[in-house]
This record gives sequence, structure tokens and C-alpha cells, in this order.
Amino acid sequence: MKQIFNIARKEFSDGMRNRWILAISLLFAVLAVGITWFGAAASGQVGFTSIPATIASLASLATFLMPLIALMLAYDAVVGEEEGGTLMLLLTYPLSRGQLLTGKFVGHGCILGLATLIGFGSAAIAIALWVPDVSLATLIYSFGRFIVSSVLLGLVFLAFAYVLSSHATEKSTAGGLALGVWFLFVLVFDLALLTILVVTEGRISPELLPWLLLLNPTDIYRLINLGGFEAGGQGMGVMALAADLPVGAAMLWACLTGWVVAILLLAHWRFAKRLG
Amino acid sequence: MNNVVELEQVQLHFGKLKVLHDMSWQLQAGEIMGLFGHNGAGKTTSVRLILGLIRQSSGQVKVLGGEASDARVRQQIGFLPENVMFYPQLTGYETLSHFARLKGAGHDQVLGLLEQVGLTAAAGERVKTYSKGMRQRLGLAQALLARPKLLLLDEPTVGLDPIATIELYRLIGQLRDEGASIIICSHVLPGVEPYIDKAVILARGHLEAVGNLQQLRAQAGLPVRIRIQGPGAAFSHPQVLEHQPLSSDWHEFSVPATAKLPVLQELLKLPLEDIEIRPPSLEDIYRFYMEKASAVGVAGVQP
Repeated sequence: MKQIFNIARKEFSDGMRNRWILAISLLFAVLAVGITWFGAAASGQVGFTSIPATIASLASLATFLMPLIALMLAYDAVVGEEEGGTLMLLLTYPLSRGQLLTGKFVGHGCILGLATLIGFGSAAIAIALWVPDVSLATLIYSFGRFIVSSVLLGLVFLAFAYVLSSHATEKSTAGGLALGVWFLFVLVFDLALLTILVVTEGRISPELLPWLLLLNPTDIYRLINLGGFEAGGQGMGVMALAADLPVGAAMLWACLTGWVVAILLLAHWRFAKRLG
Repeated sequence: MNNVVELEQVQLHFGKLKVLHDMSWQLQAGEIMGLFGHNGAGKTTSVRLILGLIRQSSGQVKVLGGEASDARVRQQIGFLPENVMFYPQLTGYETLSHFARLKGAGHDQVLGLLEQVGLTAAAGERVKTYSKGMRQRLGLAQALLARPKLLLLDEPTVGLDPIATIELYRLIGQLRDEGASIIICSHVLPGVEPYIDKAVILARGHLEAVGNLQQLRAQAGLPVRIRIQGPGAAFSHPQVLEHQPLSSDWHEFSVPATAKLPVLQELLKLPLEDIEIRPPSLEDIYRFYMEKASAVGVAGVQP
């Protein structure tokens, strides 16, 4: 545990030093406050609308940003150490590969967690301070669920970044692969699912399709955040499939956590196979 | 005496490529050993085996009585890689502190080592501003964290000026006196000879020779060179292998090591002004084994 803490401490210090935490916090805070007050501007309405609408808008934003930020934060975690010449030295220390990767995961996870808490938390504080008659309990519960699930989504993509970083022989390759993973899960997957729906014209069992949403962590994340409100449960596009998904919120949380664990185990396996 | 490192019939394959062939040698406690060979001879691969970074295909590698991959064994190993690199954004002090935490070494030791390697004044500067020599000295400091029982130094003098090189060897001698065993891996031979107790010579993954300098000289059977200043032009002796005039009054005679005394006795009968006896140097021995490896067809060996 001490070695994991030592590595995590170094990664977190690096995050503070190179302004990652500051940059992500500011980005999230500005976007979150902006969306809270101007998210409904397109429909001619300016100002705070409702907590479910705000969370829905923020979740849509986070679906794009969290995976990208997590991948950018960690795509060079292993290959960067190797290119920098420090990986071999680290591996000669009384430190296992598992401890090294777990330490990096904890450190990067803390950076993401803190930045998300500060960034999105500032929107919650702003609502509490300036919006009259808002239920504090609902606000804390909704933002708490949103922030925790956002961090979980970020952790899934941190783990993806370690898989790619352990696989790639060059930092630039890892960066390219990271963009590919982001593109696949954030943009392509839902389009592909919709295409299948249209092309097959119902030939695929209707019971099967909603389950396919669980194969994409960003869809699970959206289901958690959009499905948490009675009025907001009905999604658009591929999210409409969720209406037929016979799983509860606890199961969705378990699935997202399962993604973190599974991809992290994959990263450990890939890193163990990499030559030191 | 206990073996600190023990390689027994070690073979290593990377796919179909055999990179180490039946390697067997030992390093005993308190010894300084030189690991020499041309580029690609298997020096760094041997070091990686000892460090537990790769596993042998067959044979046995024992380090400090256990497996090198064992954290308790690694705790007692210090390693200075060739062209050591650190995190450029950290200062020298932060770098050493990070590695000290991983080794469980205290803050006092960090400050002491920075002073020992002459980096106290630069400890607050970022490593990216360090010269190659400064990085090498910082690398040495990290290798000495937690007072290792086994120290592996891969090309330790690269980037060091002559005074820093002498200081490094003095420090290595001091560590040996304190009980550490040291492996110096290098293809730069000049200067290292006085400091090593033993040498291992590799060529293209084969062990060519192992032993102390006397043993290696005896194994190689290289001649002793005797230089005289005086009237030696007409000197002859049946044991002299080669006579080479160096200048008008200096002459060099190559004689077998076993014939050194009889030839000297004859030479001392001449009215000499000066005499020098030069046993085969480490470089001579190394060249001999590289030529031998080349002659028996170990491809890629450049004598």
C-alpha cells in the first residue's frame, strides 16, 4: 500500500505542478455554470430552469469531456515513462508492476475526482446561493450522483488509457489510439447501434438491443444520469432503447464499476506482458 | 565467501535468437567485478537478468540468495542505468526524495547523498537544466539509496570529467570496503583496471573469460613487455619473442610471463639507465579475447 501511495503522490503532485487540476477544474466550472444559466437559451429561455434539465445538459457535456480528459491525462502513463527512461529504473525498485499501475490509477483518479468536484461542485454551489426555492436535498443528491458517476466514467477511460499506454511502443501511437477509443465509444458506438436498428428493420430481437447499451460505458453513464428523474427518464435517439432495459439504477452503477475493474485488470495484464 | 550473484548455465532466447549461451559466473561478497564486452555482447542483458527485469530461458540466476524479482532482494540492490534519465520537471532534491520514498530511505540520506555527489548547490534546480555529468551524479546518488548490498553500474563514467571519474572510483572502493558488492558494466576499459577484483569478458552472448587479472593473464598467456633505456640493440635471449626499438636508446622486449625473471637477470647485466616491466593490461587481455572470439567465428566481434 505504501508504494501505491508513493506513486499516487508523485502523479498527483505532477497534476498540481503542470496545472492539470487547475485547468480541468476551471473548464468544468465555467462550462457547468454556463450551462446551468444559459443551457436553455436555444429555446429562448435564459436562467436556471430545473435540476433535472441542468443535470441532463451537464451529463451530455461530461459524456464528451470526461473520457477525453481521462485519456489525455493518462495515455502516456507507461509509454511516456519508457520513452523518458524512467520505467526500467522504477522496475528495479521494490515495486511491482501492479503497484506501479495502481499507484498511477489512484493518482490520476484523485486528479480527476478533485477537478470534477471543484468544477461541477461550483455549479451546485452557485445554484444553492442564487436560485431561490431550490431543494437543497435534491440539489446535493442530484449533483452528488452526477459527480460520482462522472468520476466513474473518467476512471473507465483512465483504465483504457493504461491499456493503450502499455500496448504502444511510442507516445504518439498511444495518443492516436486514445483518440480512436474516444471516437469509438463517444461517437461511433451509438451511431452504429442506431444504424443496426434501422437496417435490420426489427429482425434483431427487440429484447437484445437495450442490453447492447451496457457495452458502452458512456451510455451507462447517461442512463444513470438521465434515468434518475421521473420526468427525464425518456431519452432521445439510442437512449430511447433504455425504456426496454429491465435493469435498475443499482445494476447500472454496478455495470459502470464493472467496466472500471475489467479494463483496469486488462491494463494490468497488458503491462505485465510488456518487456521491462 | 558468499555468492552475491550466481549465474549457472544461463541461456536466454528472444524468439529464435539466442542472446546468452551457457553463462556461468559468480560475484562474491565485497568484490568489484568488471563486466566487459563489445556492443551487443550481452552485458546489459546480463544486468537485466540480475535485476529481474527479464527471465532466463534456462539455467539459474540467484541474487543475494533469492530471486531478483523478490521485493526484499530489490530493496538491497542499487542500479545506475546507462544514460540515466529522470523526470525533467522535478528538481534534483524532489527526484531523489521520490526514489528514496520508494526505497524506504530517509530524508537525511537524501541530503547526505546530494552532498556526497556534489549536487547540494544544484538540488533546487530542475533536472532538465542539469548537464549530463550532473544527471550521472544524481543517478549515482539514487543507486546508493538505502545502502545497497549489490550495486550495478552500467557505463558509470559516461559524462563524467576525469576528476569526477576518479572520485567515482574512490567512492566505489569505499563502498566495497563497507561490504557492498559491485558490478561495473562497461566497454570503456581505460582507468577501470586498478579498481576491479575480477573481470567477466563477454563476446556475442558467450562467456569468454572470468577471473581476477592474474588469472586472466595466465589464461590468456600474453607476453610481458620489458622496456629498457640503454644499449639493448644487440641483446638477444632465446626466450625473447619480439624485440622492438622504440627510439635510439629505448627498446621493448616481449617475453612469456614464465621467462620474465631469466630475461631480466640477463638484461640487468647491461649498463641500463632505466627499466620498465609491463604485464598485460586489461585492454591487452580484452583485445586478446575479442580476437579469439572473432577467430572462432563469433560473428559481429570487432577486436
